[in-house]
This record gives sequence, structure tokens and C-alpha cells, in this order.
Amino acid sequence: MDEPAIRTEKLGKSFAARRVLTGLDLEVPAGAIFGLLGPNGAGKTTAVRILATLLRPDAGRAFVLGNDVVAQPQRVRSVIGLTGQYAAVDDLISARENLYLIGRLLGLRPRAARARSAVLLAAFGLSDTARTKVKDYSGGMRRRLDLAASLVGQPAVLFLDEPTTGLDLASRNQLWDMIRDLAASGTTVLLTTQYLDEADRLASQIMVIDRGRTVAHGTPSELKSLAGGQVLEVRPLRAADVPAAAAALAGLVGAPRPEAEDGLLAVHVPDEEMVTAAARRLAAAGIGVSHLAVRLPSLDEAFLAITGHRAQPEAAAPALNGVAR
Amino acid sequence: MMVMQTGVMARRNLLHVLSDPQQMIGMSVQPLMFLLLFVYVFGGAIAGSTSGYLQYVLPGLLVQGIGFGTTQTALGLNADFQRGLIDRFRSLPTARPAVVAGRVTADLIRTAWSSLIIVGVAVALGFRFHGGPAGAFGAFGFVLALGVGMCWLMAFLGVALRSPESVQATGFMLIMPLTFASSVLVPAASMPGWLQAFVKVNPISIFATAMRGLMLGGAVATPVLQGLAWIAGMSLVFGALTVSLYRRRA
Repeated sequence: MDEPAIRTEKLGKSFAARRVLTGLDLEVPAGAIFGLLGPNGAGKTTAVRILATLLRPDAGRAFVLGNDVVAQPQRVRSVIGLTGQYAAVDDLISARENLYLIGRLLGLRPRAARARSAVLLAAFGLSDTARTKVKDYSGGMRRRLDLAASLVGQPAVLFLDEPTTGLDLASRNQLWDMIRDLAASGTTVLLTTQYLDEADRLASQIMVIDRGRTVAHGTPSELKSLAGGQVLEVRPLRAADVPAAAAALAGLVGAPRPEAEDGLLAVHVPDEEMVTAAARRLAAAGIGVSHLAVRLPSLDEAFLAITGHRAQPEAAAPALNGVAR
Repeated sequence: MMVMQTGVMARRNLLHVLSDPQQMIGMSVQPLMFLLLFVYVFGGAIAGSTSGYLQYVLPGLLVQGIGFGTTQTALGLNADFQRGLIDRFRSLPTARPAVVAGRVTADLIRTAWSSLIIVGVAVALGFRFHGGPAGAFGAFGFVLALGVGMCWLMAFLGVALRSPESVQATGFMLIMPLTFASSVLVPAASMPGWLQAFVKVNPISIFATAMRGLMLGGAVATPVLQGLAWIAGMSLVFGALTVSLYRRRA
């Protein structure tokens, strides 16, 4: 089992003039939950669609369990499951019919397809509503059914493209538990997400991508230290003291220059002892402080720390090309 | 394997119809409405009597009904793309044409259903077959064949166009003039010369003439063969276009 479950070599893809993937190298060991983390427009979905044989790459190669996604798409399809960003279930028929349909399309006999559908409905807590039309389902139920639909064929490799976007906290936790169970039973999971938190909780390895290329790769704890560990927020009593406070904090070893917004300074502190050091420096400079707090970095700040620029929403994509802060 | 998968997809699409009263009404009542309106509103004026016009127009209305009925093929396929369902189907190791072929199969069954309803009501209103049992069965077979050809054309529209609105509009803009500027509703003789020229080459006229021959008696060989050639051509061209577009559409 030396062959990784998923491997890409310099994967490239453009849509018209927009380069979405620029040489993505990915290696996911079998049985792992691998988090692909990045902002909207980073190329996460494109990477997943190429791996799931829905898109052809312009450059590079991609393999799933050793099968080339371009040369052997049917073999890839027979080992993967895909849960996309939008629950791809048929609204007009029941949950039971949805799973039965997939089972039959996968070549199961009617009896086997019914049985598989019943097992999955029970596992995902949908037995009681199995005959309800999916259009009457809640968002959380749809996502569960969607995940169930991608598991009908008992795939060895599962792609989850932003599986919890738009879900409430309870449904999100429920889905996370299900994903952990799947990985525990040996399924390789490639998960894309915009949430640092989600990648942190689920993935054993995380790759941060931005504008179609890898910007960081490692275990969650490795990435967190890269991202600055924690963020120290300081609000000087007098707004006029902001530059002086910034200068005092900038001298902290290893910390990047603080960002100031509306009189509030935020600085990455990789090491908790720096908080004390920061307080001492402020006191030494004679700066009174009205607010001093430590919090976890947001995705934005992690991004800033790792990539040197802020994560951009997809709407700003045209301006993105070649604009590096 | 592909036949089985096509059957499974067809079953799913028929479940949609059964679960949606609006679609049931659409496919059963709408063609009947056309029949009754044309026969009783225009019949006397066009043909001198409603019973005479019923004989003339029914074969053509069956052709027109297929034109309008199969827009559902385009809308249904388009909706599958909108919902992201196609991504799921394409990520399965399913035979490529099965999804589209399943849609066409289901719509063929709907078409047969609608046609039988119209013919049943028309017979109750006084329509009589004059082409013998062979002609009647031949007409039914021809309707089904035409259904296949039109379904592939519509499947192509459904996959090629982005929004359901543009599918709806394009389907209407295509079927409305093609079926009205044909010999479906009235003989071409009273139309201006340039229009007659178009009506003559319009395949819808050829289909209507073939149906008339089969249902009312008369020479059938030429229009039926011409009609089947058109149908075969449509199925091949749009079938191939649809399946290749289906594979590539992102």
C-alpha cells in the first residue's frame, strides 16, 4: 500500500483566461482525512471535479487508487463517492427512491439496492422519513441523504466538497461525526473547506491552497503555528497612541507588524509568553489600554500569515489576477 | 447493462410524472384542449363542418402534440443540470448515454399516453380511421418514432441551453412556427407563395402528410419514408450532439 489513495502531479486547469489551478501537487495517503483548505475561488472545487472525472485537466496528471482520471475514468468512478457543494439529490422523489436509483445505476439487483438503501437510511437517521419527498426535507437532512447517496457503492475514496457550508451547528456536528466514522472504517476522505476550524477538527493533514497552488501543507498543529497560533488584540485608551502602540508591539520577536483598524491593533503571537511581553512593552511605553484580549486567528488572519495576502472572495476574482499585496 | 441503467433512469423520470399532478394534467389535458378548440372554434370556418375538420386535423394535431409534449424532455434534463444531479450521475460508473436515453424512454411513454388519449376522445367525437388496422397501428408506430426524433432534438436543447427559461422560450419559438407554418392545421393552398414553399419543405408537413395517409388512407409510401428519414437523421445528429455535450458540459 505504498501508492497513495489520491495523487496529482502539477495539475493545471483554466477557464477562458482565468487560471484556476496552476500546478497542484497533492498526495493523500490511504485511510486519511485530508483537508483541502482555501478561500472561495482558490481552486478547491475544480481540483475535486477533476479527481471525480467531471472535468478534464489542461495540464498534469491525477490518479485515484492508481487509476488515471483521464485515461481510466470508469475505473475511477467505480471506487469514488462524491458529495458536492449543493446536495445533489432528486427533490421530486423520496429518500428511499433516491438511494435505490443510485444502487441500481451502480448495477445492484433490485433486492440488493433496496437492502443497501435501507441500511444507509438507518445509519443516517432517515428511516422514519424514507418515504418523504426530498423537497420536504430540511437542509441538514438533505446533506445527510446526499452523503448517504455517495456511499451506496461503498467507495474506497470519498470526495466531500464543502459538505457543511450553510448547515447549522447541530447538523454540522452530526455530519462531522459521520465523516470521522467513515474514515475510521478505512475510507479515504478528501474534504474541501473554507473553515480552518472544520479542517482542524477532521483532517489529519491539511493543504492550504490559494489561486490554484499550494501555499502550505502539514498537520493541523504545524499549520496553526505557521498561522500565528493566537491573535492578541490591543485597543489603546487614546486613539493618538495607536502608532506608538504599534511600534511597541512591532518589536516583539517573530511577530509580524500589527494591523490597525478603527483604533484596534491585532498582532499574531505564535507563543503565549509573548502576551506578557507585549503587556510589558506597552506599559514601558506608557500606553494605557482599554482592551487586551487573546483569540484564535480567523481564516483571514491565518491566510494573511501563510500567504502574505488576505483571502479574497470569489466576487473579486477578476481583480485577483496578479495582484499580490 | 446500459439497457438496465436506461430503464432505471426512465423509471425515475416516470415517478416524477406520477408524483406531479401538474405534469399529469399537462400531458393529458393540454393536447385535448388543442383538439377541442381547433375542431369546434375553427372547424366550421376552415372545413365547412367540425366533423370534416376533425378528420383533417387529428393526424396533424398528433404531430404538433409531440412537438409541444417533448419540450418536457428539454426542461427535465435542464433541471437535472441545475440541481447538480447530473454531476452525481456522471461520477458513477454508469454507461454514458443512459441518463439521456432514460429521459427519452420515459418521455416516449408519456407521448404514447397523450396520443392515445387524444385519439380516444377524437374517436368518441366521431373520428374514423380509413386506413385499416395496418394504417392505425402504423400511425401509432410513426408517432412513437417521431417522439424519439423530437426527444433527441429537445434533449439537445436541454443540455445546450443554460437556464430553464431559455429552454422554454427556445422550445416554444421552435415548435410554434414550425407546426403552424405547416400542413398540420390547414392545407397550404390558401397561403402566399413564399410560405407555401416553406410549408412544402417543412418536415412537420411531411410528418403530418404521412400520418394522414396512415390514418385516412391514400398514398403513404413516400411521406412515410421521407418522414422516417428525417426522424433517423434527427435522432442520429441530435443524439450524438447531446451525448457528447453531456460528457463535456462542466
